[in-house]
Amino acid sequence: MFSRTVFQATRQAARRPSPFLTPFSLAPSSVSQRRLLSDVVRQAIDKAVSSAPVVLFMKGTPETPQCGFSRASIQVLGLQGVNPEKFAAYNVLEDQELRNGIKEYSDWPTIPQLYVDKEFVGGCDIIVSMHQSGELAKMLEEKGVVVKEEGSNESKPE
Amino acid sequence: MAQSAITEDTLRAALVERLQATHVEIQDMSGGCGQAFTSLIISPQFTGKTSLKRHRLVNTALRDEIAQIHAWSARCQTPEEYARDKQKEESSSEGVEGPPLDGTEGGRVEGTTA
Repeated sequence: MFSRTVFQATRQAARRPSPFLTPFSLAPSSVSQRRLLSDVVRQAIDKAVSSAPVVLFMKGTPETPQCGFSRASIQVLGLQGVNPEKFAAYNVLEDQELRNGIKEYSDWPTIPQLYVDKEFVGGCDIIVSMHQSGELAKMLEEKGVVVKEEGSNESKPE
Repeated sequence: MAQSAITEDTLRAALVERLQATHVEIQDMSGGCGQAFTSLIISPQFTGKTSLKRHRLVNTALRDEIAQIHAWSARCQTPEEYARDKQKEESSSEGVEGPPLDGTEGGRVEGTTA
């Protein structure tokens, strides 16, 4: 099943040193109060967004999502056959600054959030509806981020 | 006046007023706390906009409300799309889609999107 590939991806991502550890622990608490999102946090998120072609900010991990919407999103990416080597997931529950910062960074009030090639795609509603319409399969294929499986057409609705 | 609680009615009223929504279905998916909602929003303001832009319009219109609740989900359609879906329903056995329930367990959310 394809879903396994995404799960493996995050094990890899989890082994990678988190870009958030250092910047966030160094984040000065006295940054200008008008700016909610400090440069340090913004740079850490920039780095996370660029860490793989497909990046999901979620609650929990792909193996153990902590929210139904994050679970639905990871399931869709699994069904789409996203290549684990081209995927990274970040658990916002592990870092309060990431959890708050990503909402401002993307100008999007909820988690999960999907980025493809550093571009914000949307949250769970958009991921699921793009999956159902076939748009997501088309986009992921164009970006070359899905595992090619011989004789498989199941990631191509339409 | 004290800030009033967010309910299906306050959300519907806000969407009608701020997005000139012609049809709104709000469903409580909290299974108790009353602070998780899923919605179907029909507004002419969605015409010609991508799904992402439609959701951003809604997020902006309901910025304060969404910040207060625990989970939020939406399906955004133009009146034309909604009418087309309704017509489809009448000519087939497929039901018209209401508010999205993906990510819920039988309409109850587990966890939050906040």
